[in-house]
Amino acid sequence: MGMTITEKILAVHAGKEKVRPGEIVQVRPDLLMTNDISGPIAVDVFKSMGAARVFDPEKVVIVLDHFTPNKDVKAAKSSTKMREFARSQGIVHFYDAGFGIEHVVLPELGLVRPGDLVIGGDSHTVTYGALGAFATGVGSTDLAGAMALGEIWLKVPETIRFEFTGKPSRWIGGKDLILLAIGRIGVSGALYCAMEFGGEAIANLGMDGRFTMCNMAIEAGAKAGIVEPDEKTLAWLNGIRDDISSQTIGLLHSDEDCAYKSVIRFDVSDLEPQVAVPHLPSNVRPVSELKDVEIHQVVIGSCTNGRISDLRAAAEILRGRKVNKWVRTLIVPGSQRVYRQALQEGLVDVFIDSGAIVAAPTCGPCFGGHTGVLDEGERCVSTTNRNFLGRMGHEKSEVYLSGPYVAAASAIAGRIAHPEEV
Amino acid sequence: MEVSGRVWKFGDNVDTDLIIPGQYLTIQDPIELGKHCMEGADRDFASKIKPGDIVVAGHNFGCGSSREHAPLALKSCGVGAVIAASFARIFFRNAINIGLLVLECEEAYRRTNPQDEMLVQPEFGVIKNLTTGEEFRAAPYPPLVAGIVQAGGLVPYVRMRLQGQEK
Ligand code: SF4
Repeated sequence: MGMTITEKILAVHAGKEKVRPGEIVQVRPDLLMTNDISGPIAVDVFKSMGAARVFDPEKVVIVLDHFTPNKDVKAAKSSTKMREFARSQGIVHFYDAGFGIEHVVLPELGLVRPGDLVIGGDSHTVTYGALGAFATGVGSTDLAGAMALGEIWLKVPETIRFEFTGKPSRWIGGKDLILLAIGRIGVSGALYCAMEFGGEAIANLGMDGRFTMCNMAIEAGAKAGIVEPDEKTLAWLNGIRDDISSQTIGLLHSDEDCAYKSVIRFDVSDLEPQVAVPHLPSNVRPVSELKDVEIHQVVIGSCTNGRISDLRAAAEILRGRKVNKWVRTLIVPGSQRVYRQALQEGLVDVFIDSGAIVAAPTCGPCFGGHTGVLDEGERCVSTTNRNFLGRMGHEKSEVYLSGPYVAAASAIAGRIAHPEEV
Repeated sequence: MEVSGRVWKFGDNVDTDLIIPGQYLTIQDPIELGKHCMEGADRDFASKIKPGDIVVAGHNFGCGSSREHAPLALKSCGVGAVIAASFARIFFRNAINIGLLVLECEEAYRRTNPQDEMLVQPEFGVIKNLTTGEEFRAAPYPPLVAGIVQAGGLVPYVRMRLQGQEK
C-alpha cells in the first residue's frame, strides 16, 4: 500500500522507508520556530534541562510578534529575554518586533521548503503545510527539548483528504473554503489527523489562499494541514529564493493507493462567502444569513489573512469608499514585506483614504493582546482564525470570522455585509 | 502515585482561552498563572479547588493555542489530574511534558457527576469513582510517552539524554 505525502515526509525524517498511522517516530526537524510567548518559557526549560547550546543555530528561528512592539513592561522583559538568548546562542534567524508575524515571515524568507519538517512553538505552525511541508505546533517544553536534542517524537497521523471541486465566484477565497470544511466536520473533526487539501479549486487557488487554509487546520483539531506541491508552489518559491527547482527538492505527492481515513468532498461552485459566528470557528453560516448583525470593529490581518492578496482584496472593496463612522477598521499587514508591497501598490493610500487605520505588523488584535482590544458588548468582524469567548478582549465581546472581502464590505456597511452590497 | 479529590466537571471543547485567557500570557510565574486558572469558564475556580481535585471534561479538552501556560496553570493551582473524553494533541503533549497527569477515558466523563469523589492510579490507568463505586480504565500511554512520564516529564528525560551524550 502507498503512503500519503504526510507519511512520506515523516518517514524521510525518521530515517525509515515506511511509516504507518499510529506509529510513534523520532524525527529530526529541519527547522524549529518560537516567539515571545512560547519562547521565554522554552528558554527557562532549556536551561533547566542542563542544555548549553541549541543543536543548530541556523535551524532555530525566533520571531517576536505577539506582544510587540512591546505592549508593557512585562512584554518588554519577554522580548529582552529572547533577544539575549538569540545573541548568546548565535541564532541566525532572529526577527525583532514589527518585522512580521512568524507564519507570514518564515515562508516569505524562503525558510520552509516542500518536504521539510517544521516544529513550532505555536499552534498555527500548521500554516507551512501550504508549501507541501509537514509543520506542526508544540508547547514550550517540547520546543526546549527539540532545541537541545535536535529531535522530537511524533505520532504519525491519519490523513483526511478534502476534495474541493467546481469554480467558485470571485468573492471566494481560501478562508471561505476552510470555514466550509470546519463547519462541516466541527472543531474536533480532524483531531490528531492531517488535513490534506486538493481538487480543482485548490489547484486554482493562489499560494496565499493555501496558507490561509492550512493555517486553520488546527481549528478542526488537526495536527497538520497540507497541500501537495505543484507548479504554483514552485513558481511562488522561485520568486523568493533562486536555489529552488523541481530538481533541487523532491516534490512529494500522496500515492494513488494510499490509505486515507476518509475523503470529504465539497462542490464550491455556488458557495456564498462564509462567516463563523461566536464562539467557535465551526459555527459557520453563509454571509446572507447574518445581514442584521451590527458591528463596532473590523480587523484585517493576522497569520491567516494578513498577506498581500488579502490586502488587495480589502482594497478592492474600500477603494473610493468610506468605512462607517462607527466602525474602527484596523488593517495589519502580516509583515514588513507585505507592508512595503501594499505601499508600492498604493493600497495603503486606499486604506487611509477610506478612514481605516494601518498598524505595524503584529499579532496584537488577533488574540486580544493589544491594538484593538474589544470592550463589553462589542462586535468585531475579523479575518483572524479564532472566535473563542473573550479571544479579542472582554468576555462579553463577539468575534465573527470572515475573509477580507466580507470584512471590508462590513466595515463600510457598519454591519455584516456581502461584498456585492457595497 | 495516587491522586484523589473532588470532581470539577466541564463539557466539550474547553479551549485554552478558557483555561488561561490571552491577557495573562505575559505571566510566566506558575503560581500567578494558577490564580487565573479556568477563569474564562468559572471565575472562582482557582479559589474553590483543593489540592488534588480532578478536572473531568468532554472531548477536545485544551483545544486552541499551544500555550503551555494552560497545563501549567492547572498544575500549579492544584489540579491533581485531568480526565477527558479526548484531548487536543498539543495540550496533551504539554501536560505530559510538564508532569500534569492527563488520562483519556470517555466512560469516566459520561458516568461522573460534579463533586463526586474520585481516585486515580496512573500506573494502572485506573480511575475510581468513590461516590458511585464505579471503576474505569484509561487508554494506556504509548511506550515512548510512558518513558517521559516515568522520567517525571520532559525536563528530566532530556537531562538524562544530554548526560548520556557527554559520556
Ligand atoms: S496572528 Fe494570531 S493566530 Fe497568528 S500567530 Fe499571531 S496570535 Fe497566533
